[in-house]
Amino acid sequence: MPVDVDAVVLSNARLSPDYNVLALAAPDIAIRAKPGQFVMVKPGRGDHPLLRRPFSVFEVLRDTGGVTGLSLLNKRIGVTTRTLFGLEPGAAVRCLGPLGRPFSPAAPPERAWMVAGGVGLAPFHGLAAALRARGVESTLFYGARSAGELFRLDAFRRLGVRLALATDDGSRGDHGRVTLPLERALRRLDPAVPLRLYACGPTPMMRAVTNLADAHGRRTEVSLEQVMGCGLGGCYSCVVPIRRGGEAPRFVRSCLDGPVFDGGTVVWDGLGAG
Amino acid sequence: MSVDLSVNIGGGLTLANPFIAASGCFGYGVEYAGVVDLGALGAVAVKGLFLDEREGHPPERIVETPSGMLNAIGLQGIGVRRFVAEKLPRLRECGAVVIVNICGSSIEEYAEVARILDGAEGVAAIELNISCPNIEKGGMMFGSSLRGTHDVVAAVRRVTRLPLIPKLTPNVTDVASFAVAARDAGADAVSLVNTFLAMAIDVETRRPRLSNVVGGLSGPAIRPIAVRMVHECRQAVSLPLIGMGGIMNAEDALEFIIAGATAVQVGTANFVDPFIWKKLLAGLTGYLRRHGLAGLTDVIGSLELPARNAPCA
Repeated sequence: MPVDVDAVVLSNARLSPDYNVLALAAPDIAIRAKPGQFVMVKPGRGDHPLLRRPFSVFEVLRDTGGVTGLSLLNKRIGVTTRTLFGLEPGAAVRCLGPLGRPFSPAAPPERAWMVAGGVGLAPFHGLAAALRARGVESTLFYGARSAGELFRLDAFRRLGVRLALATDDGSRGDHGRVTLPLERALRRLDPAVPLRLYACGPTPMMRAVTNLADAHGRRTEVSLEQVMGCGLGGCYSCVVPIRRGGEAPRFVRSCLDGPVFDGGTVVWDGLGAG
Repeated sequence: MSVDLSVNIGGGLTLANPFIAASGCFGYGVEYAGVVDLGALGAVAVKGLFLDEREGHPPERIVETPSGMLNAIGLQGIGVRRFVAEKLPRLRECGAVVIVNICGSSIEEYAEVARILDGAEGVAAIELNISCPNIEKGGMMFGSSLRGTHDVVAAVRRVTRLPLIPKLTPNVTDVASFAVAARDAGADAVSLVNTFLAMAIDVETRRPRLSNVVGGLSGPAIRPIAVRMVHECRQAVSLPLIGMGGIMNAEDALEFIIAGATAVQVGTANFVDPFIWKKLLAGLTGYLRRHGLAGLTDVIGSLELPARNAPCA
């Protein structure tokens, strides 16, 4: 059952001119959150912007006393994300969660490959922590516009995650899409080694990852980001076309049935450009 | 001092309080069973149902606008039979007072859906959706003509004795005349307003922001127009009115009630705050206490109109 809290901003780490990590004192949500779940966030109480916005839980924050809150990885794009970028410690943010269907973490001997594009890194810190706790060998394929937008690499290294990087401008890792190092790795991996992929990022990236993995006989769990009204199944705005079995595609709500879906069931042509 | 929030919304139906979850904004109610006590709401108006399942419009289905939002969901739904079989039992368990919103592409379909609900256990009332702006056939097609309004209401009236609540569209010149037409055809109450037909454009791509091009505007942006329309209907008919349009708190609800609404529906605000219902009840109770009133019926339609003297004439 989700809870709604007025979460105090503990810190706001600005990582670049566009990205920040906002730490929120919302332990009641953080303690329940599973990797891949999201929160519905609204800074301020006014009517503009009116609706909350969905955010993946980035980190579950802990100190010696236990769980203290959660953080959001935010990219300045619209009115809510601009506000979240500018918040100072002490401000309050309404935060409802945890919501949605989480990732299903791999278990040894299965390996886990996480594929992130830009702000799509957000759900993978939590997943990496869960994978480490299970002793799963994991790799993060991470693409961004430039080296300056590859964030928190040390945190992933500390969780024992191998890194494969790519940047649009070639300033770090492969020059181009994150699917470049991913495709190389897929070719190199012995098909007998069990592997599960997870993808979060722009829709074309998740589609490409799903197709690439499928060509190598691998399954991908994707975390889709649709425009959401409520996050609880009330409004039917966040639907995605999903095809299960041999049936015709159906619109299902990504807030309840997702945001994590089996990439092979997503009818990608029916999604926006993301 | 205890206060009485109960209201009689017509057709013999009394609600414990005037707050109804608005159709289209609360799923089938069961989605919220783990979040709120459904039995504590005045009633739950479930998502509009046709005879058969519908897939609705492709994304994007909503877009936010200043102090409001546009939606063009397209009445995605499971159809009335699956609703009765799969959702209604759970709603009964939760103690919800269930108002079922029904749609049709033809008058015959409205009547057939109503007939099925008439035989189902746990339906408190039928709300007739003659006002959805987002579908090609049905919805507003009926509700924007006086004849269509009359004919749908009369046809459904013939097949059920359940309280019948046509939901009116604001996309007409004179909404009060539609309340009159609904009353004359046998409605027990009317609810108003559905959303305002509207549009938003992405200037970078020069494309409409909604896949359906146009959608319905809801939220605080429409509230003053909706209050005016409830006021106009109150002058024209004496049957109970259920007001809605951008209610975000108890004070907003009181505007509608003072204008003449017996009950109110809350939709968009539930998206922002799914825990709003307790706050609405507390706010309304506080208002009645502050004004020394024993019950909500003392407030309904209590608008004090100014004297029409004209000092500058």
